[in-house]
Amino acid sequence: MQDFTFHMPAAVADAASLLGSCEDPKLIAGGMTLLPTLKQRLAEPTDLIDLGAIADLKGVKREGDQIVVGAMTCHADVAASELVLSTIPGLAMLAGQIGDPAVRHRGTIGGSSANADPAADYPAGLVGLCATVVTNQREIPADDFFTGLFDTALEPGEIITAMRFPIPKWSHYMKLRHPASGYAVVGVMVVDTGAGVRVAVTGAGPSVFRVAAMEEALSKDFSVKSIEAIKVDADGLNADMHASAAYRAHVITVLAKRAVAARG
Amino acid sequence: MLTEVNMTINGAAVSGKVEARTLLVEFIRDHLKLTGTHVGCDTTQCGCCVVHVDGRAVKSCTILALQARGTSVTTIEGLAAADGSLHPMQEAFREHHGLQCGFCTPGMVMMGIDIARRHPNADEHTVRHELEGNICRCTGYQGIVEAIVDASRVMATAGEKV
Repeated sequence: MQDFTFHMPAAVADAASLLGSCEDPKLIAGGMTLLPTLKQRLAEPTDLIDLGAIADLKGVKREGDQIVVGAMTCHADVAASELVLSTIPGLAMLAGQIGDPAVRHRGTIGGSSANADPAADYPAGLVGLCATVVTNQREIPADDFFTGLFDTALEPGEIITAMRFPIPKWSHYMKLRHPASGYAVVGVMVVDTGAGVRVAVTGAGPSVFRVAAMEEALSKDFSVKSIEAIKVDADGLNADMHASAAYRAHVITVLAKRAVAARG
Repeated sequence: MLTEVNMTINGAAVSGKVEARTLLVEFIRDHLKLTGTHVGCDTTQCGCCVVHVDGRAVKSCTILALQARGTSVTTIEGLAAADGSLHPMQEAFREHHGLQCGFCTPGMVMMGIDIARRHPNADEHTVRHELEGNICRCTGYQGIVEAIVDASRVMATAGEKV
């Protein structure tokens, strides 16, 4: 990898001012995607700004009827959080399936979300759970945050500080995991918010998306039967050496049914 | 440009001057000459380079030395007691023949300890699942899994704290 200047600011404001003053800076959170990218010289920033020393960005807390997860909270800590397990077990389940144990000790919810990999798990969690992305400048609903392939609504100079999750009535995440990479070939988050049902899909398209037909059907009748005939259009879905678009479309319905069936 | 880096490795304070792009595993192997930690894939997949940073297993090929500033790092060299007696996980690998060529072994042992700490008295299914980020190219998993299952019981009984 090309060398760079390394910064480890102690506050978000310092990180933001570095973002503004460096020539071609990049933020680094856990680095589970960025460091391999730098090794391949697919990115060659002049400056790396590490968010790891900013204590405010770590940890899980409850604020009223919301769970707030700091952007630098690692996947292992979300998966093992008593608070998350007791309020949004579907989110803990999702975090515990990312990568492998060593990756989960470094990778973070903020970094994964900002990277917006089409096969990452968190986009389905954020969108399904109706989360809000909190940055140093504003709050962005998850529905508006993921804008395309590796693309988000984040502006230059904007830093994710936390994710806010309203506590749902019930949630469940099902994933067809790529056996080598651990990424989602398809991942489906099904959430009963109390005001309706949300179904968010990752891995299958260029970016996370919701399945309106399933949401309508499940909001009326929360049962496997109500969605088993719903076919997702394969047009525009990802096709690669691992799975065709038609296969992914089929698996979305299979995983959604399994998630619904998991509600006892 | 070189930057000063300080951390604790295997209980001893160490320091050195590194380029910003220096990986933790490069600092450990090339600067400190602790070559027990191996580099298998250099792409975060194989787990040969697993060390503990502040008590948690991480892949040292995918963390910068500068990111580990001020932390406490344990490598395979830091496990055995001063008199040479093995850590229970190392002893279990010896007992169960948990290695063939031995290249993945340092990472397997370090990950094994991490698994045993999070899952006292871990069963075979748990160990196999938790080993998803460690690859044995000899496919010698049977002995490795038996060793970790056994050592997790020994460590739980002894209230092991390394």
